[in-house]
Amino acid sequence: MSMKFVFPEEDDGVAARGGGTQGAIAVAAAMPPADVVAVDPVDAGRRWFLKAAAVFTTTVLAPGVTLMAFGDIDAANARPADQPVSSAQRWGLLIDAAKCQEGCSACVTACGVENGIAAPKHAATDSQWIRTLKVTDPRNGATFQMPIMCQHCTEPPCVDVCPTGASFRRADGIVLVDRHICIGCRYCMMACPYKARSFVHEPLHDQKPYAPRGKGCVEGCSMCVHRVDAGGTPACVEACAKTGHAAMIFGDLYDKNSEIARRVATYRTTRVRADLGTDPGVYYQNI
Amino acid sequence: MARITFQRLDDHSPYFWGLLALHAMVIAIGLGAFFYMEHHGHIVTGMNNAIVWGTPHVFAVFLIVAASGALNVASISSVFNNLAYKPFARLSGILAISLLVGGLMVLVLDLGRPERLTVAMTTYNFKSIFAWNIYLYTGFLVIVAAYLFTMMDRTLAKSGKATKFMGWFAFAWRLALTTGTGSIFGFLVAREAYDSAIMAPLFIAASFLYGLAFTVLVLLTMCRETRQQLMSEEVVAKFLNLIIIFALAVLYFTTVKHLTALYASEHHGVEAFILRDGGIYTLAFWLGHVLIGNVIPIVIAAFLSGDGKFFTGRRGLAIASVLALIGGLSFMYVTIIGGQAYPLDLLPGMKVESSYLDGQVASYTPSLPEVLLGLAGVSIAMLATGVALKVMPFLPRGLEADG
Repeated sequence: MSMKFVFPEEDDGVAARGGGTQGAIAVAAAMPPADVVAVDPVDAGRRWFLKAAAVFTTTVLAPGVTLMAFGDIDAANARPADQPVSSAQRWGLLIDAAKCQEGCSACVTACGVENGIAAPKHAATDSQWIRTLKVTDPRNGATFQMPIMCQHCTEPPCVDVCPTGASFRRADGIVLVDRHICIGCRYCMMACPYKARSFVHEPLHDQKPYAPRGKGCVEGCSMCVHRVDAGGTPACVEACAKTGHAAMIFGDLYDKNSEIARRVATYRTTRVRADLGTDPGVYYQNI
Repeated sequence: MARITFQRLDDHSPYFWGLLALHAMVIAIGLGAFFYMEHHGHIVTGMNNAIVWGTPHVFAVFLIVAASGALNVASISSVFNNLAYKPFARLSGILAISLLVGGLMVLVLDLGRPERLTVAMTTYNFKSIFAWNIYLYTGFLVIVAAYLFTMMDRTLAKSGKATKFMGWFAFAWRLALTTGTGSIFGFLVAREAYDSAIMAPLFIAASFLYGLAFTVLVLLTMCRETRQQLMSEEVVAKFLNLIIIFALAVLYFTTVKHLTALYASEHHGVEAFILRDGGIYTLAFWLGHVLIGNVIPIVIAAFLSGDGKFFTGRRGLAIASVLALIGGLSFMYVTIIGGQAYPLDLLPGMKVESSYLDGQVASYTPSLPEVLLGLAGVSIAMLATGVALKVMPFLPRGLEADG
């Protein structure tokens, strides 16, 4: 398994593009303290041994441990990291608004915990990768709740307008922001029909290595790409299932045997602003 | 026609130095504001996740639009062969370059990661109108510089062929540039206030007006500085006529844009917001853009200026130009910020609420650093023009002013 090292001191970092780095499981490399000056040959030898041991541990053992730490991620289903993302897959979500309980925000909380996003204190400026919409039909007052996030479109307006190509769509349908070349122009936010993106307005600390974030860049739901590449499901879907509501299903829309594909083929589904021709990867029932 | 001679500014009045010092000070304060915003992040601005482009964009787009329009006078002389405008062609070119530099500076300094300008210059997504604009802007600077060279080089200027060729080229390029600027908004399919092909011609019409207004005001300032009459009465009358034509064109495209939107019931919400219920945006539209920016300048230019009228031609021209520029900023404010303030229609026909303020009109109050950065862009343009007029002969030599 090829590994990608992400040093925790990087303030922005890596967003996986199509190649073999998607399985990026962050490993903090063991570094010697900066103030140690080795002069004794015995000490130098010992330091070499310790270094080698640290490298061995981080490259061989840690990935397995980290994978296990993700809980119910099925490592056996993970795409080998040396294989590129394939357009034979189309990752998507199916959300049943009838099962989404008003007042429940388990998906939002889980997203924040997973991706290191603090609960919003300032509604106007804090990042929100996923939020719940309270929808009211003005004709009869009927209400329902539904979560909304990046809709991972096939024709994403954010990708079209991005001047540098930082907004990009992977072959398997996941839309991401490459934080290395995002210049923070916010044109993607102007273009997104779903208000799915956030601009980081303040300096951030303690970011998760697999969810790079940084002041001055735009960000949005990554469909928990680090989990998906490891064979898992997005944190929001997992949290929704844990509540017992099971309003969200994640899967491969192109795999006819997957639950999501079967349900999309069986029931009437709606996609938000599909009239704009964006072909979203997020389907809704009962909205 | 008499041979046109040009001059550099050499005999400086305290007025000239005072103006330069004022602009230098505004630029220094603006840079301070930039560093403050860069250090703390956009949290110290009025911008948020709904109003992602704020006052800096209002100034930046205004200056960029005005820049292409400032080339009008040169275009009329080279492309349409109108000799009356030829003395001002050089000034028109250098002003166009300066305004564009001022606008781009503001645009870049408002980026979330301005230090990544090199990324923007080297990594392109050619489906993005922003990426095209980077070429259109840098191309404009190079082409207008070459155009100026053909006007100022003795050999090239003598035959006039090169000037005419570059004049056509620059004219076509400036039309493409403003089309690109208007299309930044026109291509936004999800925003009801934009998403219209008419944004491009509307911006072109607006650029004619704002560019002319800047040209006129610089000329009038230079009349004072050189104590010469740089514009004849005939030229003043021509400029007044141009203001009428350009302002009418802006009003025409504005009317068509809103009438078209009003015809489709899906846009009634956003139109009601801009035209009737939008508070500051409605005020900026009717009072700023329509009345101050276009109707009053037309009235002043058409009926109140000239011999024996309420204003002298020059005074009328100056007032109409200042009003057109105030109107221009209002137009940009209502277009850029008003267009974002109106909420996205996530589920047409339904009412939505969320922790992310969906379904609500977004609030925005310009912060001081944003305004200072925007003003610094204007000052960069004016300082660059002032310095250019001093180092090279861009200004025509006029008649000594009376008294």
